[in-house]
Amino acid sequence: MTCPVTIRIQEGDFDIAREIALLTNSRTDIGAIVSFSGICRADEDSAKIAALTLEHYPGMAEEEIGRHVDEATSRWPLNGVTVIHRVGRFMPGQNIVLVLTASQHRQAAFQAAEFLMDYLKTSAPFWKKEESATGTGWVEAHARDDEAAARWTKS
Amino acid sequence: MKVKYFAWVRERVGKAEETIEPPPNVRTVEDLIAWLSGQGEAYAYAFEKPKVIRTAIDHAHVKSDAAIAGAREIAFFPPMTGG
Repeated sequence: MTCPVTIRIQEGDFDIAREIALLTNSRTDIGAIVSFSGICRADEDSAKIAALTLEHYPGMAEEEIGRHVDEATSRWPLNGVTVIHRVGRFMPGQNIVLVLTASQHRQAAFQAAEFLMDYLKTSAPFWKKEESATGTGWVEAHARDDEAAARWTKS
Repeated sequence: MKVKYFAWVRERVGKAEETIEPPPNVRTVEDLIAWLSGQGEAYAYAFEKPKVIRTAIDHAHVKSDAAIAGAREIAFFPPMTGG
């Protein structure tokens, strides 16, 4: 089964419809595409956020995402994966991350998208800095994200 | 070897990358963090809580007991918060 993989880290926005069209690319063996978008929120624990800045580790970020995409394609029968992570400064409402997973059936696409997002949050080298009325500060990692990623660990 | 720092580790150290030559008795990531901590106030501040610091060798996550021999690039950073 061919499973084209696209991994991009970019400053500019992405167009979800265009990325889905690129992924399907006139193929007729795909029965399900799951699309997850992560968007900059205007508040975090009731504190207002003015903007978010995303920093990454160039080189490692692409490789780390690639390793998790490889694991996803070995665990689920996927027909295509696209991961796009933006870096730079974002205002509330702007896109930050896109994960597309394609498969013949929905279960694999849903599970692979969730798996990829859980690992993106805990092991891909990106860091968020928040700007709010009270100043700027680095976002702290949440234990709930580690727990979400841990449930995919094979026992 | 080349060392890179990211997010608040970079801000505390005051630089994004540098080339270092630790002495031969610095064998593991843990040793390297302890050695760097002794290189001045900025480093001591950046590495004041060594258990919080995450490390990658040549673009792959490693644990604190990993050997640094042969590493081309070592990166130190806080827990990740992307996605």
